[in-house]
Amino acid sequence: MKPEDIIKPENKVYSRPRLLNDVNTHYCPGCSHGVVHKLVAELLEEMGVEDKAIGIAPVGCAVFAYNYIDIDWIEAAHGRAPALATAASRLNPECLVFTYQGDGDLAAIGTAETIHAANRGENITIIFINNGIYGMTGGQMAPTTLLGMKTATTPYGRNSELNGYPLAITDLLARLDGTCYVTRQAVHTPAAVRKTKAAIKKAFTNSLEKRGTSIVEIVSTCNSGWKLTPAQSNQWMVEHMFEKYPLGDLKNVEHKA
Amino acid sequence: MKGNEAIAHAAIRYGADGYFGYPITPQSEVLETLAELKPWETTGMVVLQAESEVAAINMVYGGAATGKAVMTSSSSPGVSLKQEGISYLAASELPALIVNVMRGGPGLGTIQPSQADYFQATKGGGHGDYHLIVLSPATVQEMTDFVALGFDLSFKYRTPAMILADGIVGQMMEKVVLPPQRPRRTEAEIREQCPWAVTGRGSRAHGNVVTSLELDSAKMEENNLRFQQTYRTIEENEVRFQEYFTDDAEYLIVAFGSVARICLKAIEEARAKGVKIGLLRPITLWPFPKAEVRRLAEQVKGILTVELNAGQMIEDVRLAAGEAAPVAHFGRMGGIVPNPGEVLEALKENFSVNI
Amino acid sequence: MAKVYGAVTVDSKRCKGCDLCVVACPCDVLKLQPKDVNDRGYHYAFPENPDACIGCAACATVCPDACIEVYRVRE
Repeated sequence: MKPEDIIKPENKVYSRPRLLNDVNTHYCPGCSHGVVHKLVAELLEEMGVEDKAIGIAPVGCAVFAYNYIDIDWIEAAHGRAPALATAASRLNPECLVFTYQGDGDLAAIGTAETIHAANRGENITIIFINNGIYGMTGGQMAPTTLLGMKTATTPYGRNSELNGYPLAITDLLARLDGTCYVTRQAVHTPAAVRKTKAAIKKAFTNSLEKRGTSIVEIVSTCNSGWKLTPAQSNQWMVEHMFEKYPLGDLKNVEHKA
Repeated sequence: MKGNEAIAHAAIRYGADGYFGYPITPQSEVLETLAELKPWETTGMVVLQAESEVAAINMVYGGAATGKAVMTSSSSPGVSLKQEGISYLAASELPALIVNVMRGGPGLGTIQPSQADYFQATKGGGHGDYHLIVLSPATVQEMTDFVALGFDLSFKYRTPAMILADGIVGQMMEKVVLPPQRPRRTEAEIREQCPWAVTGRGSRAHGNVVTSLELDSAKMEENNLRFQQTYRTIEENEVRFQEYFTDDAEYLIVAFGSVARICLKAIEEARAKGVKIGLLRPITLWPFPKAEVRRLAEQVKGILTVELNAGQMIEDVRLAAGEAAPVAHFGRMGGIVPNPGEVLEALKENFSVNI
Repeated sequence: MAKVYGAVTVDSKRCKGCDLCVVACPCDVLKLQPKDVNDRGYHYAFPENPDACIGCAACATVCPDACIEVYRVRE
């Protein structure tokens, strides 16, 4: 069969989600954010919850998430997304409230807000992009930067004496009584993307059913910050990031304690 | 009841949707009273003790963005921490009510009363060009009434409002008349009255976005010009003040909050001895009653500002009075509250008044 | 056994030439334009070997810019 015989509306098996606005994202080529945005848009559509979804955008590369997915959004101050989500969710219990945060936002400047929202068991989903670096500000050290990893503020590599250790904050969150689902995923292969989609779907479902706080960490690449090509970045992530941040469920219970 | 308790009762009766706070002396009774009254079982109001002042004000930001009537309360060091969220509220044009029951600073300072946050409250406080509508209560009744007034003004102009109380009026006990219970607004009313609110898209064609970010300089300047336009409108329409014995006054005291009550005692004593002193009590510290100060400056021989600080409101009084009358300051700091005798002494010293 | 025919379209204006679809494709269908660039200067992806496509959507799944659509026919 020739492509023109196959390319017909009735044969379409994969298309751009309707909720993604018709704009080009500001993300660098190959950035993991794009894949995760797409999954969020697909799920909100498929679950039929776009009309009651409230997204909380972070400060960091995903600051403009509200330009890309056509739902209601609030843009938070740096690190404060879980505090906003707490109020938005408690005051609008019928809504699906989720935050979308990077590692600096969630695990450095917003550590307190993250831990306490999860510890209260707020019925929200936290989507956590961990690429081990500050992308937006030009590649500085993040709390999750690996030991030895070179960044703009650790030009000789992260040194534990000087900079402390990489923070696996999701491990901490899994130990809190308020969380019901804590998982660590990635989007480097088609299979990984599908697993991440299933994880976010589970998290959204938990939030809608008021089971407690769900956290989906997505170990991601920042090829600009890492100074590699997108494909090399995926390789580097598999070889280096997964050792400190192994994929899989860290907690999966019916309901918060 | 105490001023702080009155705030809690008034918030529930206003039909407020949420309170988010963190304990700090001398205002912890606001959160404690709300916790005791359990409004979540009656009106459905959410009451939450946050993990920090920063989280509390950002909860207010998140709640306000959904069109709800939300508030927080704190005292000076806590309000410093809240400045981030207050700037975001102003920049995102969101209504909210913030209560500051001031204590002495700087730093951790003292838990005793103060008015040293006048600059912070009236000049913006956080980063960027913005103002809050600042209400100054002098009585427990005003603590009660200004909750509704603050919320109403805040929703009318889509800008945060602050009740700037001192520790005296927060802790003082007086009789109050509480307003009748109002119902909380329904979801439909919020969608209709606040079309900008983030409520979930519902039947709207596109999502609403509440943000303070705008990287296009021309658009950001436009935003700022719009904020300034709102502030000019507020200055035109919302100046509030109270005057005592100003008709025939030869000298004027300008004081706000509970200090105005001390000054009134001093004025009564002076008048008993035939010295004609008047009192101007600004109720809105921003917008400041500039025109009234100017009018009175033309009439009197001298103006004394009395404040629980090193001289903050005096700058606004001097700007308004211009060359029309000399302006002096008398203040106590560190949590010390002056008595009427000290106020008269200050008048004597500054203006050679024979009292 | 049913034979599966696939086809992909790439929105060349939106594509940033990140190459992830090329790596993900199990059938070596896609390639980046060696010389041509789109109006933002990217060497966009295109189906160089369209007949090999099985419509598995691996390329579209990993595409960060949602610029690939996939079609599939079983015979």
